[in-house]
Amino acid sequence: MDFLRPASWEEALAAKAEHPTAVPIAGGTDVMVEINFDHRRPEYLLDLNRIGELSEWEVGQESVRLGASVPYSSIMEHLRAELPGLALASHTVASPQIRNRGGVGGNLGTASPAGDAHPALLAADCEVEAESVRGTRLIPIDAFYTGVKRNALEPDELIRAVHIRKADGPQQYSKVGTRNAMVIAVCAFGIALHPETRTVRTGIGSAAPTPIRAKEAEEFLNAALEEGGFWENGKIITPAIAQQFAALASGACNPIDDVRGTARYRRHAVGIMARRTLGWTWEQYRGVGRTLEGAA
Amino acid sequence: MRVNFTVNGRQQEADDVWEGESLLYVLRERMGLPGSKNACEQGECGSCTVRLDGVPVCACLVAAGQVEGREVVTVEGLADYAKHREDAHPGGGCASGACGTTLDAAKRWQSRPTDGQTGEAVELAPIQQAFIDAGAVQCGFCTPGLLVAADELLENTPSPSDQDIREALSGNLCRCTGYEKILDAVRLAAARQGEAAQS
Repeated sequence: MDFLRPASWEEALAAKAEHPTAVPIAGGTDVMVEINFDHRRPEYLLDLNRIGELSEWEVGQESVRLGASVPYSSIMEHLRAELPGLALASHTVASPQIRNRGGVGGNLGTASPAGDAHPALLAADCEVEAESVRGTRLIPIDAFYTGVKRNALEPDELIRAVHIRKADGPQQYSKVGTRNAMVIAVCAFGIALHPETRTVRTGIGSAAPTPIRAKEAEEFLNAALEEGGFWENGKIITPAIAQQFAALASGACNPIDDVRGTARYRRHAVGIMARRTLGWTWEQYRGVGRTLEGAA
Repeated sequence: MRVNFTVNGRQQEADDVWEGESLLYVLRERMGLPGSKNACEQGECGSCTVRLDGVPVCACLVAAGQVEGREVVTVEGLADYAKHREDAHPGGGCASGACGTTLDAAKRWQSRPTDGQTGEAVELAPIQQAFIDAGAVQCGFCTPGLLVAADELLENTPSPSDQDIREALSGNLCRCTGYEKILDAVRLAAARQGEAAQS
Protein backbone atom coordinates (compact mmCIF):
# COMPACT_ATOMS: atom_id res chain seq x y z
CA MET A 1 0.00 0.00 0.00
CA ASP A 2 1.12 3.52 -0.75
CA PHE A 3 0.02 6.59 1.14
CA LEU A 4 -0.29 9.60 -1.16
CA ARG A 5 -0.30 12.95 0.58
CA PRO A 6 -1.02 15.73 -1.90
CA ALA A 7 -0.52 19.20 -0.48
CA SER A 8 -2.86 20.88 -2.95
CA TRP A 9 -5.98 20.12 -4.96
CA GLU A 10 -3.99 20.16 -8.21
CA GLU A 11 -1.59 17.59 -6.77
CA ALA A 12 -4.53 15.46 -5.67
CA LEU A 13 -6.03 15.51 -9.17
CA ALA A 14 -2.66 14.62 -10.69
CA ALA A 15 -2.26 11.73 -8.24
CA LYS A 16 -5.76 10.43 -9.00
CA ALA A 17 -5.03 10.66 -12.74
CA GLU A 18 -1.80 8.73 -12.31
CA HIS A 19 -3.35 6.16 -9.95
CA PRO A 20 -7.06 5.83 -10.80
CA THR A 21 -7.40 2.95 -8.30
CA ALA A 22 -6.33 5.22 -5.43
CA VAL A 23 -8.96 5.37 -2.71
CA PRO A 24 -9.55 8.91 -1.46
CA ILE A 25 -9.61 9.23 2.32
CA ALA A 26 -10.84 12.34 4.13
CA GLY A 27 -12.72 11.67 7.38
CA GLY A 28 -11.86 7.99 7.11
CA THR A 29 -15.11 6.93 8.74
CA ASP A 30 -15.91 4.52 5.88
CA VAL A 31 -12.48 3.73 4.46
CA MET A 32 -10.72 2.98 7.75
CA VAL A 33 -13.45 0.57 8.84
CA GLU A 34 -12.89 -1.44 5.67
CA ILE A 35 -9.13 -1.42 6.19
CA ASN A 36 -9.35 -2.26 9.90
CA PHE A 37 -11.55 -5.25 9.08
CA ASP A 38 -9.38 -6.31 6.17
CA HIS A 39 -12.29 -5.96 3.76
CA ARG A 40 -10.24 -3.77 1.52
CA ARG A 41 -6.56 -3.37 0.77
CA PRO A 42 -6.31 -0.48 -1.65
CA GLU A 43 -3.09 -0.13 -3.56
CA TYR A 44 -3.05 3.59 -2.84
CA LEU A 45 -4.65 5.72 -0.18
CA LEU A 46 -5.09 9.32 -1.26
CA ASP A 47 -5.22 11.55 1.81
CA LEU A 48 -7.25 14.71 1.28
CA ASN A 49 -6.84 16.16 4.78
CA ARG A 50 -4.09 18.55 3.81
CA ILE A 51 -6.25 20.29 1.21
CA GLY A 52 -7.77 23.09 3.24
CA GLU A 53 -10.27 24.33 0.67
CA LEU A 54 -12.16 21.03 0.81
CA SER A 55 -13.24 21.98 4.34
CA GLU A 56 -14.54 25.40 3.32
CA TRP A 57 -17.92 26.54 2.06
CA GLU A 58 -19.24 29.58 0.24
CA VAL A 59 -22.77 30.86 0.58
CA GLY A 60 -23.83 32.29 -2.77
CA GLN A 61 -26.98 33.91 -4.09
CA GLU A 62 -28.71 30.72 -5.16
CA SER A 63 -26.71 27.92 -3.62
CA VAL A 64 -24.11 26.90 -1.09
CA ARG A 65 -20.89 25.49 -2.46
CA LEU A 66 -20.09 22.99 0.24
CA GLY A 67 -16.55 21.61 0.22
CA ALA A 68 -16.46 17.82 0.09
CA SER A 69 -14.75 17.51 3.49
CA VAL A 70 -16.74 20.05 5.51
CA PRO A 71 -17.51 17.96 8.59
CA TYR A 72 -21.11 17.31 9.55
CA SER A 73 -20.53 19.14 12.83
CA SER A 74 -19.76 22.35 10.88
CA ILE A 75 -22.87 21.94 8.72
CA MET A 76 -24.96 21.61 11.88
CA GLU A 77 -23.34 24.64 13.45
CA HIS A 78 -23.01 27.06 10.55
CA LEU A 79 -25.42 26.16 7.75
CA ARG A 80 -28.68 25.51 9.54
CA ALA A 81 -30.44 28.48 7.95
CA GLU A 82 -29.23 27.86 4.38
CA LEU A 83 -29.39 24.07 4.42
CA PRO A 84 -31.90 23.13 7.12
CA GLY A 85 -32.62 19.64 5.77
CA LEU A 86 -28.97 18.74 5.49
CA ALA A 87 -28.27 20.21 8.93
CA LEU A 88 -30.98 17.99 10.40
CA ALA A 89 -29.63 14.98 8.54
CA SER A 90 -26.10 15.80 9.73
CA HIS A 91 -27.31 15.74 13.30
CA THR A 92 -28.45 12.14 12.87
CA VAL A 93 -25.02 10.98 11.68
CA ALA A 94 -23.49 8.54 14.16
CA SER A 95 -21.86 10.44 17.05
CA PRO A 96 -19.94 13.68 17.73
CA GLN A 97 -16.64 11.91 17.06
CA ILE A 98 -17.83 10.75 13.64
CA ARG A 99 -19.51 14.06 12.78
CA ASN A 100 -16.22 15.82 13.50
CA ARG A 101 -14.54 13.81 10.75
CA GLY A 102 -17.12 12.73 8.19
CA GLY A 103 -18.53 14.95 5.45
CA VAL A 104 -20.87 14.94 2.48
CA GLY A 105 -18.10 14.12 -0.02
CA GLY A 106 -17.57 10.81 1.72
CA ASN A 107 -21.27 10.00 1.76
CA LEU A 108 -21.41 10.69 -1.99
CA GLY A 109 -18.21 8.79 -2.71
CA THR A 110 -19.39 5.73 -0.81
CA ALA A 111 -22.90 6.16 -2.27
CA SER A 112 -24.44 3.74 0.20
CA PRO A 113 -28.23 3.81 0.06
CA ALA A 114 -28.08 4.32 3.84
CA GLY A 115 -25.92 7.47 3.74
CA ASP A 116 -27.66 10.04 5.94
CA ALA A 117 -27.01 13.03 3.69
CA HIS A 118 -28.61 11.63 0.53
CA PRO A 119 -32.33 12.20 1.22
CA ALA A 120 -31.61 15.79 2.25
CA LEU A 121 -29.47 16.41 -0.85
CA LEU A 122 -32.15 14.94 -3.14
CA ALA A 123 -34.89 17.02 -1.53
CA ALA A 124 -32.96 20.28 -1.56
CA ASP A 125 -31.63 19.68 -5.08
CA CYS A 126 -27.93 19.92 -5.76
CA GLU A 127 -25.11 19.26 -8.19
CA VAL A 128 -21.93 17.38 -7.42
CA GLU A 129 -18.78 19.18 -8.57
CA ALA A 130 -16.51 16.44 -9.87
CA GLU A 131 -13.06 17.33 -11.09
CA SER A 132 -10.18 15.59 -12.82
CA VAL A 133 -7.11 16.77 -14.69
CA ARG A 134 -9.41 16.74 -17.74
CA GLY A 135 -11.67 19.37 -16.26
CA THR A 136 -14.65 20.07 -14.02
CA ARG A 137 -18.24 18.94 -14.44
CA LEU A 138 -21.39 19.37 -12.41
CA ILE A 139 -23.37 16.15 -11.99
CA PRO A 140 -27.06 16.65 -11.12
CA ILE A 141 -27.86 14.71 -7.95
CA ASP A 142 -30.64 12.88 -9.80
CA ALA A 143 -28.01 11.37 -12.10
CA PHE A 144 -25.36 10.73 -9.46
CA TYR A 145 -26.42 7.46 -7.83
CA THR A 146 -26.09 4.67 -10.37
CA GLY A 147 -26.36 1.49 -8.27
CA VAL A 148 -25.73 -0.01 -4.86
CA LYS A 149 -22.63 1.85 -3.67
CA ARG A 150 -22.03 3.07 -7.21
CA ASN A 151 -21.95 6.61 -8.48
CA ALA A 152 -21.38 8.55 -11.67
CA LEU A 153 -17.75 9.44 -10.94
CA GLU A 154 -15.08 8.49 -13.46
CA PRO A 155 -12.03 6.66 -12.07
CA ASP A 156 -9.85 9.77 -12.36
CA GLU A 157 -12.38 12.13 -10.77
CA LEU A 158 -12.56 13.47 -7.24
CA ILE A 159 -15.46 15.24 -5.56
CA ARG A 160 -14.46 18.85 -4.98
CA ALA A 161 -17.73 20.23 -3.61
CA VAL A 162 -21.51 20.01 -3.70
CA HIS A 163 -23.57 22.94 -4.94
CA ILE A 164 -26.73 22.75 -2.86
CA ARG A 165 -29.69 24.97 -3.58
CA LYS A 166 -30.32 27.29 -0.64
CA ALA A 167 -33.59 26.64 1.14
CA ASP A 168 -36.45 28.83 -0.06
CA GLY A 169 -38.90 27.13 2.27
CA PRO A 170 -39.11 24.70 5.16
CA GLN A 171 -37.25 21.40 5.03
CA GLN A 172 -37.44 18.35 7.25
CA TYR A 173 -35.64 15.10 7.72
CA SER A 174 -36.68 11.94 9.49
CA LYS A 175 -34.81 8.72 10.16
CA VAL A 176 -35.82 5.40 11.67
CA GLY A 177 -33.35 3.56 13.88
CA THR A 178 -33.14 1.77 17.18
CA ARG A 179 -31.66 4.74 19.02
CA ASN A 180 -30.79 8.35 18.35
CA ALA A 181 -27.03 7.96 18.11
CA MET A 182 -24.77 5.53 16.29
CA VAL A 183 -27.46 4.19 14.04
CA ILE A 184 -27.38 3.21 10.40
CA ALA A 185 -30.77 4.20 9.03
CA VAL A 186 -33.40 1.48 8.77
CA CYS A 187 -34.89 4.02 6.41
CA ALA A 188 -34.94 7.79 6.12
CA PHE A 189 -36.99 10.50 4.46
CA GLY A 190 -36.20 14.08 3.50
CA ILE A 191 -38.61 16.71 2.25
CA ALA A 192 -38.14 20.27 1.02
CA LEU A 193 -40.85 22.76 0.16
CA HIS A 194 -39.86 25.13 -2.62
CA PRO A 195 -42.43 27.95 -2.48
CA GLU A 196 -40.62 29.94 -5.18
CA THR A 197 -41.32 27.27 -7.76
CA ARG A 198 -44.33 25.88 -5.90
CA THR A 199 -42.86 22.44 -5.85
CA VAL A 200 -42.06 19.85 -3.24
CA ARG A 201 -39.05 17.56 -3.50
CA THR A 202 -38.33 14.41 -1.53
CA GLY A 203 -35.55 11.96 -0.83
CA ILE A 204 -35.70 8.40 0.47
CA GLY A 205 -32.79 6.57 2.09
CA SER A 206 -32.22 2.85 2.77
CA ALA A 207 -35.35 1.74 0.99
CA ALA A 208 -34.08 1.05 -2.52
CA PRO A 209 -30.77 0.05 -4.14
CA THR A 210 -29.85 3.74 -4.29
CA PRO A 211 -31.12 6.88 -2.60
CA ILE A 212 -34.20 7.91 -4.58
CA ARG A 213 -36.84 10.57 -4.90
CA ALA A 214 -40.51 9.72 -4.54
CA LYS A 215 -41.29 11.29 -7.89
CA GLU A 216 -44.89 10.15 -8.25
CA ALA A 217 -45.62 11.38 -4.75
CA GLU A 218 -44.04 14.74 -5.61
CA GLU A 219 -46.04 15.08 -8.83
CA PHE A 220 -49.27 14.18 -7.10
CA LEU A 221 -48.62 16.65 -4.27
CA ASN A 222 -47.53 19.47 -6.58
CA ALA A 223 -50.73 19.09 -8.59
CA ALA A 224 -52.93 18.79 -5.50
CA LEU A 225 -51.39 21.86 -3.85
CA GLU A 226 -51.77 23.86 -7.04
CA GLU A 227 -55.33 22.76 -7.61
CA GLY A 228 -56.42 23.57 -4.09
CA GLY A 229 -54.60 26.92 -4.06
CA PHE A 230 -52.76 25.81 -0.95
CA TRP A 231 -49.60 27.81 -1.64
CA GLU A 232 -51.66 31.04 -1.58
CA ASN A 233 -54.33 30.31 0.99
CA GLY A 234 -51.97 28.50 3.37
CA LYS A 235 -54.72 26.14 4.47
CA ILE A 236 -54.05 22.86 6.20
CA ILE A 237 -53.40 20.09 3.71
CA THR A 238 -56.38 17.76 3.77
CA PRO A 239 -55.85 14.30 5.28
CA ALA A 240 -56.80 12.69 1.97
CA ILE A 241 -53.97 14.49 0.16
CA ALA A 242 -51.47 13.69 2.91
CA GLN A 243 -52.51 10.04 2.87
CA GLN A 244 -52.18 9.73 -0.86
CA PHE A 245 -48.78 11.42 -0.72
CA ALA A 246 -47.71 8.93 1.96
CA ALA A 247 -49.00 5.96 -0.04
CA LEU A 248 -47.15 7.07 -3.16
CA ALA A 249 -43.94 7.67 -1.19
CA SER A 250 -44.28 4.19 0.23
CA GLY A 251 -44.87 2.85 -3.25
CA ALA A 252 -41.68 4.46 -4.51
CA CYS A 253 -39.62 2.19 -2.27
CA ASN A 254 -37.94 -0.93 -3.52
CA PRO A 255 -36.48 -2.20 -0.27
CA ILE A 256 -34.98 -5.49 0.87
CA ASP A 257 -35.20 -7.52 4.07
CA ASP A 258 -31.97 -7.26 6.03
CA VAL A 259 -30.67 -7.27 9.60
CA ARG A 260 -31.91 -3.74 10.20
CA GLY A 261 -35.50 -4.26 9.07
CA THR A 262 -37.86 -5.95 6.68
CA ALA A 263 -38.90 -4.59 3.31
CA ARG A 264 -42.49 -4.42 4.52
CA TYR A 265 -41.54 -2.39 7.56
CA ARG A 266 -39.45 0.00 5.49
CA ARG A 267 -42.31 0.65 3.07
CA HIS A 268 -44.62 1.27 5.98
CA ALA A 269 -42.21 3.55 7.83
CA VAL A 270 -41.41 5.63 4.75
CA GLY A 271 -45.12 6.32 4.32
CA ILE A 272 -45.41 7.41 7.94
CA MET A 273 -42.35 9.64 7.70
CA ALA A 274 -43.62 11.17 4.44
CA ARG A 275 -46.93 12.10 6.03
CA ARG A 276 -45.34 13.45 9.20
CA THR A 277 -42.59 15.47 7.57
CA LEU A 278 -45.11 16.94 5.12
CA GLY A 279 -47.19 18.00 8.10
CA TRP A 280 -44.21 19.55 9.89
CA THR A 281 -42.96 21.49 6.89
CA TRP A 282 -46.42 22.64 5.92
CA GLU A 283 -47.04 23.92 9.45
CA GLN A 284 -43.76 25.81 9.21
CA TYR A 285 -44.80 27.23 5.83
CA ARG A 286 -48.16 28.36 7.17
CA GLY A 287 -46.62 29.73 10.34
CA VAL A 288 -46.10 33.43 10.71
CA GLY A 289 -42.35 33.31 11.10
CA ARG A 290 -41.90 30.82 8.29
CA THR A 291 -38.82 29.73 10.13
CA LEU A 292 -36.27 28.06 7.93
CA GLU A 293 -34.18 26.70 10.76
CA GLY A 294 -34.29 23.02 11.55
CA ALA A 295 -35.91 21.95 14.76
CA ALA A 296 -33.35 19.48 16.07
CA MET B 1 6.58 5.25 6.38
CA ARG B 2 7.55 7.70 9.06
CA VAL B 3 5.01 9.91 10.82
CA ASN B 4 5.92 13.03 12.78
CA PHE B 5 3.27 14.45 15.02
CA THR B 6 2.64 15.95 18.41
CA VAL B 7 1.39 13.70 21.19
CA ASN B 8 0.31 15.36 24.41
CA GLY B 9 2.19 18.51 23.50
CA ARG B 10 5.51 16.88 22.64
CA GLN B 11 6.92 16.20 19.21
CA GLN B 12 7.06 12.46 18.45
CA GLU B 13 8.16 10.31 15.58
CA ALA B 14 6.81 6.91 14.62
CA ASP B 15 8.86 4.74 12.27
CA ASP B 16 7.98 1.80 10.01
CA VAL B 17 4.31 2.70 10.11
CA TRP B 18 2.24 0.63 7.70
CA GLU B 19 0.30 2.86 5.31
CA GLY B 20 -3.08 1.43 6.29
CA GLU B 21 -2.40 1.67 10.00
CA SER B 22 -4.68 3.62 12.28
CA LEU B 23 -3.66 6.37 14.67
CA LEU B 24 -4.92 4.11 17.45
CA TYR B 25 -2.44 1.37 16.51
CA VAL B 26 0.41 3.89 16.39
CA LEU B 27 -0.48 5.24 19.82
CA ARG B 28 -0.87 1.86 21.47
CA GLU B 29 1.72 -0.30 19.75
CA ARG B 30 4.39 2.16 18.62
CA MET B 31 4.22 4.92 21.24
CA GLY B 32 3.43 2.58 24.12
CA LEU B 33 0.32 4.52 25.12
CA PRO B 34 -2.40 1.92 25.70
CA GLY B 35 -4.77 4.35 27.43
CA SER B 36 -6.83 4.75 24.28
CA LYS B 37 -8.69 1.46 24.10
CA ASN B 38 -9.11 -0.77 21.09
CA ALA B 39 -12.56 -2.28 20.92
CA CYS B 40 -14.81 -2.03 17.88
CA GLU B 41 -12.37 -0.59 15.32
CA GLN B 42 -15.30 0.90 13.44
CA GLY B 43 -16.11 4.09 15.30
CA GLU B 44 -19.09 2.63 17.13
CA CYS B 45 -17.84 2.56 20.70
CA GLY B 46 -15.74 5.68 21.32
CA SER B 47 -13.23 3.81 23.52
CA CYS B 48 -10.36 5.18 21.42
CA THR B 49 -11.48 8.81 21.56
CA VAL B 50 -8.58 11.28 21.40
CA ARG B 51 -8.33 14.96 20.53
CA LEU B 52 -7.00 15.64 17.03
CA ASP B 53 -6.15 19.33 16.72
CA GLY B 54 -8.47 19.82 19.67
CA VAL B 55 -11.40 17.93 18.14
CA PRO B 56 -12.62 14.62 19.62
CA VAL B 57 -12.26 11.82 17.08
CA CYS B 58 -12.09 8.03 17.05
CA ALA B 59 -8.39 7.23 16.75
CA CYS B 60 -9.25 3.93 15.03
CA LEU B 61 -10.69 5.82 12.04
CA VAL B 62 -7.80 8.21 11.51
CA ALA B 63 -5.12 6.88 9.17
CA ALA B 64 -1.70 7.26 10.74
CA GLY B 65 -0.44 9.24 7.75
CA GLN B 66 -3.21 11.77 8.24
CA VAL B 67 -1.79 12.97 11.58
CA GLU B 68 1.51 14.12 10.08
CA GLY B 69 2.25 17.52 11.60
CA ARG B 70 -0.89 17.51 13.71
CA GLU B 71 -1.61 17.51 17.43
CA VAL B 72 -3.02 14.59 19.38
CA VAL B 73 -4.01 14.55 23.05
CA THR B 74 -4.59 11.16 24.64
CA VAL B 75 -6.04 10.25 28.01
CA GLU B 76 -2.50 9.90 29.37
CA GLY B 77 -1.97 13.60 28.78
CA LEU B 78 -5.41 14.66 29.93
CA ALA B 79 -4.43 15.67 33.47
CA ASP B 80 -1.59 17.88 32.23
CA TYR B 81 -3.73 19.18 29.40
CA ALA B 82 -6.53 20.17 31.80
CA LYS B 83 -4.13 21.70 34.33
CA HIS B 84 -2.30 23.62 31.69
CA ARG B 85 -5.57 24.85 30.21
CA GLU B 86 -6.54 26.19 33.61
CA ASP B 87 -3.17 27.77 34.41
CA ALA B 88 -1.96 29.13 31.12
CA HIS B 89 -4.84 29.21 28.70
CA PRO B 90 -7.98 29.80 30.73
CA GLY B 91 -11.03 29.08 28.67
CA GLY B 92 -9.21 27.12 25.99
CA GLY B 93 -6.81 24.32 25.30
CA CYS B 94 -3.12 24.35 24.57
CA ALA B 95 -1.99 23.74 21.06
CA SER B 96 1.69 24.60 21.18
CA GLY B 97 4.42 22.01 21.38
CA ALA B 98 6.02 23.85 24.27
CA CYS B 99 3.64 22.47 26.85
CA GLY B 100 2.58 18.92 27.46
CA THR B 101 3.56 15.51 28.77
CA THR B 102 6.69 13.60 27.83
CA LEU B 103 6.18 10.21 26.26
CA ASP B 104 7.97 8.64 29.17
CA ALA B 105 5.76 10.34 31.72
CA ALA B 106 2.68 9.44 29.69
CA LYS B 107 3.73 5.79 29.58
CA ARG B 108 4.18 5.71 33.33
CA TRP B 109 0.98 7.63 34.02
CA GLN B 110 -1.47 5.80 36.25
CA SER B 111 -4.63 7.05 37.77
CA ARG B 112 -4.28 7.19 41.49
CA PRO B 113 -6.98 8.96 43.41
CA THR B 114 -5.99 11.81 45.65
CA ASP B 115 -7.30 10.07 48.75
CA GLY B 116 -3.68 9.20 49.31
CA GLN B 117 -4.11 5.50 50.03
CA THR B 118 -0.96 4.70 48.16
CA GLY B 119 0.90 7.68 49.49
CA GLU B 120 1.98 8.75 46.03
CA ALA B 121 -0.95 10.71 44.80
CA VAL B 122 -0.86 11.78 41.20
CA GLU B 123 -2.75 14.82 40.13
CA LEU B 124 -5.87 14.04 38.14
CA ALA B 125 -7.84 16.14 35.70
CA PRO B 126 -11.02 17.42 37.33
CA ILE B 127 -13.08 15.12 35.13
CA GLN B 128 -11.00 12.12 36.23
CA GLN B 129 -11.46 12.99 39.90
CA ALA B 130 -15.19 13.44 39.31
CA PHE B 131 -15.45 9.98 37.70
CA ILE B 132 -13.86 8.46 40.79
CA ASP B 133 -15.94 10.48 43.24
CA ALA B 134 -19.19 9.67 41.44
CA GLY B 135 -18.39 5.97 41.11
CA ALA B 136 -18.55 6.23 37.35
CA VAL B 137 -15.85 3.63 36.72
CA GLN B 138 -16.68 -0.06 36.73
CA CYS B 139 -14.53 -2.25 34.51
CA GLY B 140 -12.88 0.90 33.21
CA PHE B 141 -12.59 -0.02 29.56
CA CYS B 142 -14.84 2.75 28.28
CA THR B 143 -13.51 5.27 30.79
CA PRO B 144 -10.58 6.77 28.82
CA GLY B 145 -12.78 7.59 25.83
CA LEU B 146 -15.48 9.01 28.05
CA LEU B 147 -12.96 11.16 29.91
CA VAL B 148 -11.59 12.69 26.72
CA ALA B 149 -15.08 13.32 25.34
CA ALA B 150 -16.39 14.73 28.63
CA ASP B 151 -13.35 16.96 29.15
CA GLU B 152 -13.87 18.48 25.71
CA LEU B 153 -17.53 19.08 26.49
CA LEU B 154 -16.64 20.97 29.68
CA GLU B 155 -13.97 22.95 27.86
CA ASN B 156 -16.47 24.29 25.33
CA THR B 157 -19.71 24.14 27.31
CA PRO B 158 -18.98 25.10 30.92
CA SER B 159 -22.56 24.57 32.15
CA PRO B 160 -23.91 21.75 30.04
CA SER B 161 -27.55 20.71 30.22
CA ASP B 162 -28.35 17.01 30.62
CA GLN B 163 -29.17 16.99 26.94
CA ASP B 164 -25.74 18.45 26.13
CA ILE B 165 -24.04 15.76 28.22
CA ARG B 166 -26.04 12.95 26.66
CA GLU B 167 -25.29 14.18 23.19
CA ALA B 168 -21.57 14.73 23.86
CA LEU B 169 -21.25 11.20 25.21
CA SER B 170 -23.57 9.55 22.68
CA GLY B 171 -20.62 8.11 20.78
CA ASN B 172 -19.19 6.34 23.83
CA LEU B 173 -20.53 2.96 24.82
CA CYS B 174 -20.34 1.48 28.33
CA ARG B 175 -21.40 -2.16 28.55
CA CYS B 176 -21.03 -2.67 32.29
CA THR B 177 -23.94 -0.74 33.56
CA GLY B 178 -26.21 2.19 33.03
CA TYR B 179 -24.87 5.59 32.25
CA GLU B 180 -26.34 7.32 35.29
CA LYS B 181 -23.13 7.52 37.31
CA ILE B 182 -21.23 8.66 34.26
CA LEU B 183 -23.75 11.46 33.81
CA ASP B 184 -23.44 12.21 37.54
CA ALA B 185 -19.68 12.49 37.16
CA VAL B 186 -19.94 15.01 34.35
CA ARG B 187 -22.51 17.03 36.30
CA LEU B 188 -20.19 16.95 39.29
CA ALA B 189 -17.19 18.12 37.29
CA ALA B 190 -19.28 20.88 35.71
CA ALA B 191 -20.51 22.04 39.12
CA ARG B 192 -16.98 22.06 40.53
CA GLN B 193 -15.74 23.92 37.49
CA GLY B 194 -18.51 26.47 38.00
CA GLU B 195 -17.61 26.92 41.67
CA ALA B 196 -13.95 27.33 40.83
CA ALA B 197 -14.76 29.96 38.24
CA GLN B 198 -16.80 31.95 40.77
CA SER B 199 -14.28 31.88 43.57
